[in-house]
Amino acid sequence: MTKKQRKMLIRIIIAFILFMVLFVCGHTGRTERIENTWILFIIYFIPYVVIGYDIILKAARNIRHGQVFDENFLMMIATFGAFGVREYSEAVAVMLFYQVGELFQSYAVGKSRQSIADMMDICPEYANIERDGKLVQTDPDEVEVGSIIVIKPGERIPLDGVVIEGESLVDTAALTGESVPRKAAVGDQVISGCVNGSGVLKVQVLKEFEDSTVTKILELVENASSKKARAENFITRFAKYYTPVVTIGAVLLALVPPLIFGGGWGEWIQRACIFLVISCPCALVISVPLGFFGGIGAASKIGVLVKGSNYLEAVAQMRTIVFDKTGTLTKGEFKVQEILPQGIGGEELLELAALGELYSTHPIAGSVKEAYGREPDGKRVGQAEEIPGQGICVPVDGVEALIGNGKLMEARNIAYIPCKSPGTIVYVAREGKYLGALVISDSVKEGAAQAIQCMKQVGVKKCVMLTGDRTAAAEAVAAQTGVDEFHGELLPGDKVAKVEELLAAQGDKGKLAFAGDGINDAPVLTRADIGIAMGSMGSDAAIEAADVVLMDDDVGKIASLVKISRKTLRIVKQNIVFALGVKGLVLALGAFGMANMWEAVFADVGVSVIAILNAMRALKTKG
Amino acid sequence: MKRKFKLEDLDCANCAAKMEEAIKKIEGVNDASVSFLAQKMTIDAQDDKFDGIMEEVVKACAKVEPDCKILM
Repeated sequence: MTKKQRKMLIRIIIAFILFMVLFVCGHTGRTERIENTWILFIIYFIPYVVIGYDIILKAARNIRHGQVFDENFLMMIATFGAFGVREYSEAVAVMLFYQVGELFQSYAVGKSRQSIADMMDICPEYANIERDGKLVQTDPDEVEVGSIIVIKPGERIPLDGVVIEGESLVDTAALTGESVPRKAAVGDQVISGCVNGSGVLKVQVLKEFEDSTVTKILELVENASSKKARAENFITRFAKYYTPVVTIGAVLLALVPPLIFGGGWGEWIQRACIFLVISCPCALVISVPLGFFGGIGAASKIGVLVKGSNYLEAVAQMRTIVFDKTGTLTKGEFKVQEILPQGIGGEELLELAALGELYSTHPIAGSVKEAYGREPDGKRVGQAEEIPGQGICVPVDGVEALIGNGKLMEARNIAYIPCKSPGTIVYVAREGKYLGALVISDSVKEGAAQAIQCMKQVGVKKCVMLTGDRTAAAEAVAAQTGVDEFHGELLPGDKVAKVEELLAAQGDKGKLAFAGDGINDAPVLTRADIGIAMGSMGSDAAIEAADVVLMDDDVGKIASLVKISRKTLRIVKQNIVFALGVKGLVLALGAFGMANMWEAVFADVGVSVIAILNAMRALKTKG
Repeated sequence: MKRKFKLEDLDCANCAAKMEEAIKKIEGVNDASVSFLAQKMTIDAQDDKFDGIMEEVVKACAKVEPDCKILM
């Protein structure tokens, strides 16, 4: 509790005790002996002042500033009205009840704000820089690119950089929602905002604090609340009209019936007061944005950054999703997928290829060596001759080996069997004899097929894959992941055209999302209703252009995000319906003299508190 | 230029909306947003007149919600 809240609590307790004394006296008939209503009024006015003086002061001040229709003013009018019709105990009780509600409301909002802030507590406070052999703590803001910083066990990584000394496990949970720590050794990049495990790391800084991952994420989240969802805009507009309309209703209710039917002023003024108490739209004005904020918070807990509540709203209506292939559905790393030996063992073929490619720096050679897994014995390899655009000719164990594409085989007149698998094919021959082929291609991300299945389960109707890659490669990935539709050999411009086509086909009924990672995806990301970028693999341009960022590149999180957004919207709708329903009901009952002040205060602060508690559920959603 | 300010004791969401409206009306302010949840205010205004504009902003906010302090 803050100091202000504690002070309020003490006032509530004092006023409550005073009120209870009066209440008991009243019910045991002790106050009946007081004939003079003025004395009675003063007795009740004491607890009223204790509990409500700030309301009266604020109301007076606001009227001076020309702010008439605010809560304080309304509470003042309502309770003064009660005093006017000699319902002294009601006037005090209503003010007391109102203040209890306000306190609870401010406490609940503070709590939810805190829990969201805690989750966003990824900002590093200092960086350790070595100066004259001693470690000095400095502001991350002042560290320059290229400096060497030391990260001790358990510390938060202050800046993006590359490890130059040490080894450790890094906890990326705050950024990606991934609970398994990532290994960081010499040469690995580490990102700011993560927490270092048990090892000491020396890191060379790659980016200034201003451009670091952690600053970007915080900016995104902070700006998220400024992009408002339709439901939020509706509430803002509604609030503008609601209060004046209800207040005018109250005035009419107080004046018209007594003037027409004559007499009974007190009764109608009391009814009007009920109107005034209900006239604040606070329950809606707080709980709707809070619900969206909670939803965005829940998403960032699983490593998905949503850049605004409007996008969260759009995700809930996602009907079509378009994927880029490389880096989104596939890992973006090229690996040996198939070994097709011909009259030789598979392991032997791979060994021969690895030996042959030993000194090659071509990316394909890297994939072959990685698949072999061991360090090839350099002594077995002779002087290699590279043939540009074809491959390599190299003596292995003193015998000439050929490793390369179909053109190389044809050039050397080798009877090879052309392979039709999707991907890059490496043919291997020795002493003029064909020995087999290796198929190297990008591999589908683990869980990509399951991710698409999950998306179907949550109601995404159509999953499309677009790629610039060869159609054969696209077809293979499409079959493995189970997308409904795929288009290969597309230029970046074609991708935009395809997305336009799909947008037109979909009409107004649903929303279209595009998930991609490349720089050239930026135009498509902007064009789609929802642009989803890969956070760790993705280019800065893609992250900038996107509306949603998957911090750990896991497409499986998209289905979770859809669930979170649906739940958030459900909660927001519940709150709107509930708050308007209760207020409407009490207004109607009040007009017919069937509601009392208690119900009115409940319809105001009580509803607020319930709506806030309901909104907090959005934060607790698990994907 | 865009600048961010922390707010203290911003107690009601409706007031935040009113403050936002009032600030937007000040001359020289291109855009403004007051976030009740983040307790923050973002003001986008002309560079050369920023200080003068801020004085106006403080006045406007005090009118709407006198308890709320702008931390600069």
